[in-house]
Amino acid sequence: MSSSTKNAKNMSFISLIPSVWFGVFLLFPILMTFLMSFQKRGTYGGVEWVFHFDNYIRVFDLIYLKIFWKSLLLSGSTTLICLVIAYPLAWALVTLPQRTRSVFLLLLIIPFLTNMLIRIYALKVITAFDGPFIALLVQMGIEVDRFTVSQNIWLVMYGMVTTYLPYMIFPLYAAMDRMNFSLVEAAQDLGACPRHVLFQVLVPNTYKAAVTGASLVFIPCLGEYLIPDLLGGAKSMLMGNLITEQFLKARDWPFGAALAMILIFLLMIFIFLSSRSKGGASGKA
Amino acid sequence: MEKLRPASPSWTRGVLYLVVAAFYIPLALMVFESLRFKEISGDWSFSLHWYQVLFSDQALMESLLRSVVIAAGASFIACIVGTFSALAIHKYRFKGVLFLDYMSMVSLVIPELVFALALLSWFAFLKFPLGYLTVIFSHATFCIAFVAMTVTARLNTLDKYLDEAAHDLGATQLQTLWKVILPVLKPAIIAGFILSFLLSFDDFLITFYTSGPGTDTLPIKLYSSMKIGLTPKLHALAVLMMVISVGLILILSRMKGVRELLLNEDS
Repeated sequence: MSSSTKNAKNMSFISLIPSVWFGVFLLFPILMTFLMSFQKRGTYGGVEWVFHFDNYIRVFDLIYLKIFWKSLLLSGSTTLICLVIAYPLAWALVTLPQRTRSVFLLLLIIPFLTNMLIRIYALKVITAFDGPFIALLVQMGIEVDRFTVSQNIWLVMYGMVTTYLPYMIFPLYAAMDRMNFSLVEAAQDLGACPRHVLFQVLVPNTYKAAVTGASLVFIPCLGEYLIPDLLGGAKSMLMGNLITEQFLKARDWPFGAALAMILIFLLMIFIFLSSRSKGGASGKA
Repeated sequence: MEKLRPASPSWTRGVLYLVVAAFYIPLALMVFESLRFKEISGDWSFSLHWYQVLFSDQALMESLLRSVVIAAGASFIACIVGTFSALAIHKYRFKGVLFLDYMSMVSLVIPELVFALALLSWFAFLKFPLGYLTVIFSHATFCIAFVAMTVTARLNTLDKYLDEAAHDLGATQLQTLWKVILPVLKPAIIAGFILSFLLSFDDFLITFYTSGPGTDTLPIKLYSSMKIGLTPKLHALAVLMMVISVGLILILSRMKGVRELLLNEDS
């Protein structure tokens, strides 16, 4: 072993190339953004290199706090809905016979890996002014405001849930698949009803996967730009839209960078909390 | 024969069917609408008319070509860097691989938006003009970790005496890598390439931030046109993009080891 590591020294280019790449295109850009969040916006939209904290003070403006709260609320409820849907779904999936199961898995993977933009586009086709959904409502005699139907917060929620649900399903599926199902059989033999099986056998055994799934859903949700932008309209501005606005429209990059740092900070709190609850669960087991 | 697990309550299967329906009904409707054509007489009929219109649109076809070039370039870089990264972390275990390990993790968990704006600020700071190269480099960066994953999965199945055997037969480290290790890793690298191609071809947000004037990829084109309004031609464009992605996914799902990788994302 020691001789092979010694020989490996002239092979160090192997780790050099990816290290340099990640340094140049990941680490430096992030550090740069962090530094930029303390700078001042230049007169013509550039960055003036004056160190100050004004951007972070501005973040506490009520308008922005409201947007943060709304984003947190939407991401939180999306995560919760995904959890509620994914549990029974994963349970159904693991108990299907092998062949049917792989068909359904593929059916779930395809939309997961298909372009999100296309899925949003398809939703827009349905809710378009002359689309089938409005036609159906009109047929049923329901008066609707066509603008509200094609752009509203519920549509954003629907888009979020259908987009991020697979991130919850796959970890739960994998955990249940690894689980010892004789536990379920034993519970059923002892007279447990489905609800008891779910909450007293399945959930405690797949708790960690659920926490993983929750972070996989929550993290991209909080920074989501496309779904609220295309399905929500101007009324439902979320953090992702606010940040993009600073960068691509208002041209206030330092403030945008400060907002991005707040986003990272919120996510770190979330990850910290969920990793603590993970530890708690394993301590209990 | 596999042992059957006790069936779940039937309502849970109902949830499964509902979710599959929620995924596919909008897509099916979109395909339907793209094929519908209103004739002069006012009757509806099915035709590929809008696809003909789409394929004769010079600007869109240029975007398609651009998307393919960018995806191919990014995947090529990601394959080289990602394979090296996997080898460094899981085979040679050099000093400093911890940095690599952390960086690939960061590239996976960082919100896409933050990554996109960080790259934009960085390129602006370096005064590097936005264009093909910035998009390709950015895409390559988020694809590296995925290539490294497919390659690592293959590395873990390799016989650990492979190196020693090659060494005993007089091969140098470099020869072993080039003639023994890389050939066995080839299927995993190809899978990584296709996965990267798919991710790059579908990417919107990072392209949105890092592309300059005149380097619009297909998703950017679709986004900016759908902001103005939906047209049957756009339906056809969306279907075309969907067919390309689904085609790539089906190829991937037939490759050994990829599906397991996708399903075991936890831990």
